[in-house]
Amino acid sequence: MSDRILEVENLTVDIPVGGGMLHAVQGISFHVDRGETLCIVGESGCGKSLTSLAVMDLLPKKAIRGADKLALAGEDMLGAGERRMSDIRGNTMGMIFQEPMTSLNPAYTIGNQMEEALKRHRNVSTREARDRAIYLLEKVGITAAESRLSQYPHQLSGGLRQRVMIAMTLMCGPNLIIADEPTTALDVTIQAQILLLLAELQREFEMGLILITHDLGVVARIADRVAVMYAGQIVEEGTADQVFNRPTHPYTQGLLDCIPIPGKTDRSKPLGSIPGIVPSLVGRFNACHFAERCTYGTAECTEGNIDMRDAAEDGHRYRCLLDPETCNKNAVREEVV
Amino acid sequence: MSDTVISARDVTRTFMISAGAFRGKKPLHAVNGVSLEVQRGEVLALVGESGCGKTTLAKMLLGLLPTTEGTIEFGGTPVADIERLKLASLVQPIFQDPYSSLNPRKSIGSIITLPLKVQKDPDPSTWRKRAEEMMELVGLAPRLFENFPNQLSGGQRQRVAIARALINRPEVVICDEPTSALDVSVQSQILNLLNDLRTELNLTYIVISHNLAVVEHIATRVAVMYLGRIVEQKDTERLFNEPEHPYTKALLQSVLTPDPSLDVPDTHLGAAYPNPVDPPSGCTFHPRCVNVMEHCSLAAPRTINSGDGFVECHLYDEDSGRGRAVS
Repeated sequence: MSDRILEVENLTVDIPVGGGMLHAVQGISFHVDRGETLCIVGESGCGKSLTSLAVMDLLPKKAIRGADKLALAGEDMLGAGERRMSDIRGNTMGMIFQEPMTSLNPAYTIGNQMEEALKRHRNVSTREARDRAIYLLEKVGITAAESRLSQYPHQLSGGLRQRVMIAMTLMCGPNLIIADEPTTALDVTIQAQILLLLAELQREFEMGLILITHDLGVVARIADRVAVMYAGQIVEEGTADQVFNRPTHPYTQGLLDCIPIPGKTDRSKPLGSIPGIVPSLVGRFNACHFAERCTYGTAECTEGNIDMRDAAEDGHRYRCLLDPETCNKNAVREEVV
Repeated sequence: MSDTVISARDVTRTFMISAGAFRGKKPLHAVNGVSLEVQRGEVLALVGESGCGKTTLAKMLLGLLPTTEGTIEFGGTPVADIERLKLASLVQPIFQDPYSSLNPRKSIGSIITLPLKVQKDPDPSTWRKRAEEMMELVGLAPRLFENFPNQLSGGQRQRVAIARALINRPEVVICDEPTSALDVSVQSQILNLLNDLRTELNLTYIVISHNLAVVEHIATRVAVMYLGRIVEQKDTERLFNEPEHPYTKALLQSVLTPDPSLDVPDTHLGAAYPNPVDPPSGCTFHPRCVNVMEHCSLAAPRTINSGDGFVECHLYDEDSGRGRAVS
């Protein structure tokens, strides 16, 4: 049991808006083990970022969080007060955000900010903090680490800033890192480097990693397990191999059809697409949120409640009324046509 | 039978960048001697990292920025000699972010008919009908005519931007990152639409993108830019199957296809993007290149023709520039 770093059960986030209540996250459960990478993937507005903020207790003031269980390395975080949470954040739980320029303080040097992270949580001297900062900057592949300490964020390129962010997150040796779209603001070539770095560091320090992204290519390359979110719910979860090679939920299948793959997708044919748009999450809605856009949608899909169910393999679960056999047959048929 | 729509010859655009209050200005060659020809009906993609000059080049092709050196010709006439209104009816842009490229205070109808008004179209009574036809063509319900941009989704807004670009039936459409602000499921809809419109209206596209998977799907020819120069240009299929320039190879490696059996690639592109005000000597790519040779830092590579395209790299130069570097 000690290997389970984060456990989340039935997490909800509601936001009061003008026209009622916006149910942004609706009963999400997941867990992360030591040394494991969980990717939460979905389109904009599906609630993936709010999920990560809810775990860190950094939600906007108006938002209401609810959960049956929220435990970090066995410690209950639901009852933890503001002071305890700020002890946890940056110490046992690190965060990496999308835009490194906005998450670094432009008025302080890199060294200053990195040392502060360690001194806030540990009783160490400036000297020790400085040594650790240099060690970690070298670890994340920054040359002339010592001279970087006196530089300001604006003097670094986007890729370097993100490396600094990663090094800063590692200062206290966290058990869990939550990275929200860490490479979206970067160029493709730099993206590959940063992902490679994250994967290596995670293996070396045996951390749990939650990676939140909309990029299925990133997910496939780095994830151990994948949770696909749609309109506030997890609609499919499993290992990367299960979700990408045997997608079972119609939404996952549709999403994978949308991506052009060099050398594989037939250029003379139109790309697959998902008709319609994401439903509004204000007020009440259908049992299956995807029903309106789904090719297999029936009247049954709009009534009652649809729970996650097991697919053919262990650990592969999805939220749909269709049998896994039917789903997979459909997927195969589309491939042949 | 080649039918060149746009051609650029040795186009350079230089910006003067202030280096500090008491220091002089330094030149930044955003586009540095680029030549290209776009044939009617083809889709030319410009790819490269941010800061490589893609957008500056596109602005010059649109006539929004004058060139510092070199000429751009549209159908044989220099762009500088074409009247602005006339040029606008021939070339139209589609921008990346449909949230900022549409005026939030104007209705969809008036956004789409504005180009007709600007061109002083002689028949205002037909504007609404033509706009509605165009909306249907790009997959927008005509009932949205009176709506405002904030009532539409990102994909619908991008369709409005496309309708606005096409209402005057231009010959060339320049798409600057047309899908990067959109979700995957919407991105594929827009790509399909752009492909359909091209055949239907006989359009020529210049697509700027950093997403090579998108480029592979939509483009017929690809030009790879690095620090203001086109370093490799080829038919899409050949570029993806037999990339020659080390930079192109690295770019192709960093395309992350959704295949869980593969790992994150190591592109070996060590150093970060160089400072464009102070570019490296010789071949500007040499500090990041895996195949770097001694003379790469001494002499700029020549343009080597290979089949229907070209590559600028010492690796493919027979007498490999070594002689030139020494002399």
